[in-house]
Amino acid sequence: MLFHYDFMVHAFEAGTVVAVVAGAIGYFVVLRGSAFAAHALSHIGFAGAAGAVVAGLSPVVGLLAFTLGSGAAIGVLGNRLRGRDVTIGIVLAWTLGLGVLFISLYRGYATEAYALLFGEILGISQADVLVTLIAGLVTIAALVIVYRPLLFSSVDEDLASAKGVPVTALSVGFMAILAVAVTEAVQVVGVLLLFALIVTPAAIAVRFTSHPPYAIGIGVALALVFTWLGLSIAYFSPHPVSFFITSLAFVTYVGVRLSEPLRRLLV
Amino acid sequence: MTAAIAADNLAAAYSGRQVWAGASFTIEDGSFTAVLGPNGSGKTTLIRMILGLLPPEAGRLEVFGRQPRRGDPKIGYIPQRPAFDIELSIRGRDFVDLGVDGWRWGVRLGGRAQAAAALASIDAVGASEYADRPLGRLSGGEQQRLLLAQALVGDPRLLLMDEPLSYLDVRNQLAIVQLIRDVARRRNLTVLLIAHDVNPLLAHIDQVLYVAAGKVATGTPNEIITTERLSAIYSAPVEVIRDSHGRVFVAGLEEETSHPHA
Repeated sequence: MLFHYDFMVHAFEAGTVVAVVAGAIGYFVVLRGSAFAAHALSHIGFAGAAGAVVAGLSPVVGLLAFTLGSGAAIGVLGNRLRGRDVTIGIVLAWTLGLGVLFISLYRGYATEAYALLFGEILGISQADVLVTLIAGLVTIAALVIVYRPLLFSSVDEDLASAKGVPVTALSVGFMAILAVAVTEAVQVVGVLLLFALIVTPAAIAVRFTSHPPYAIGIGVALALVFTWLGLSIAYFSPHPVSFFITSLAFVTYVGVRLSEPLRRLLV
Repeated sequence: MTAAIAADNLAAAYSGRQVWAGASFTIEDGSFTAVLGPNGSGKTTLIRMILGLLPPEAGRLEVFGRQPRRGDPKIGYIPQRPAFDIELSIRGRDFVDLGVDGWRWGVRLGGRAQAAAALASIDAVGASEYADRPLGRLSGGEQQRLLLAQALVGDPRLLLMDEPLSYLDVRNQLAIVQLIRDVARRRNLTVLLIAHDVNPLLAHIDQVLYVAAGKVATGTPNEIITTERLSAIYSAPVEVIRDSHGRVFVAGLEEETSHPHA
């Protein structure tokens, strides 16, 4: 009965793709300590999406253009940006303000803005699912290609560089992959709640294992569970999907952290 | 003996500023060389040049008879670095594993031989016990052993180590130097090691290469480890003391040792 309506089928299909991508890339976001950069990308993307709506384009176009652009900039600056949380914060607050301006210029529905900020997975069409699937496959393929050198340069950039890894190009490449993943995930959980799908599952996974493939596997599995459960609960409730997905992620993370002293006693 | 590294009138510049010039020296194959010099004198610049990360500004540099090139499998490298971030969620053995083929694109399929090479290298430095634990959670000495395992994994002939002792206590410094010495003897490796405190190295080194005041020069430990020469190199009062057992101790570099530059 859950799959009686097309919109639920589409939501599950898109949600599954996004969860796999977000869970997988999340490990690298956590490993590289670029959680804040991921957050910033989504906020900057919001301005782009709102701008695209004003210009009469699809919000996804603006979202992708802005996240790719700022992702490349963050990637090029790389190490020089480490510890520059204040700078990134100032830029993203301004872009969010810019987004508000674009929304007010657009004399249409506030629902566009609402969807961007908090996600609107129940409004996904068959065509959207196909686009999400293609983007998802491209992201996963790109992650597989850069897997080893990305891992290497995430652990020690100097060493990787000496061994012949093009670290700056890789840093830009990773941010570009992240930009695409962020764009996809925004459809499901929105700009403001993106952390729940990209960072939280990976952050939980690394509390159980430091073996990279396992950590990625657990991250993907958790992202899938949060998405599927969140969708299922929302189906029977008047409250938004995003709330359930983020809450499941949060409660799991808190539970895992709190149970750590207990697990240490048992091991 | 052949030369592992040969420099002829070599000069280095870093972002437009000349660091040192007129460097002519050879590092014999199989020798153990300590690289000394004050902060910012260009020791790391020399290592980066040997690694092929920085082209010579002038002069000629050869590593095993060839121009330096990035990713040379003959070179094992330990970069200068503080301890790994405590939250770094990767196991020690995964890190050593990256030394096998971490620069290659894609994921490794199969790869029993590569995994075995990493494990053998971990075993050779005595790090098997904690290689499965998260790298960030290990002690400084344990991390340094895994860095060494990573440097040794491709069977290199030259080990370049940029301050591998800086963040260790005295006991660990001695243990790591002894380990490096043993491995280097067994495998006939050439070792170039940047250090601030020469004391843990004194019993092991064949040669000293010093970088100071825009010059690079080499000498035997007996020539260089003297009160006059070290004071001149560091432009600071350094005293070399010999005790009744003939043991040598260098005093006056403590300030350098306790504040390794970033």
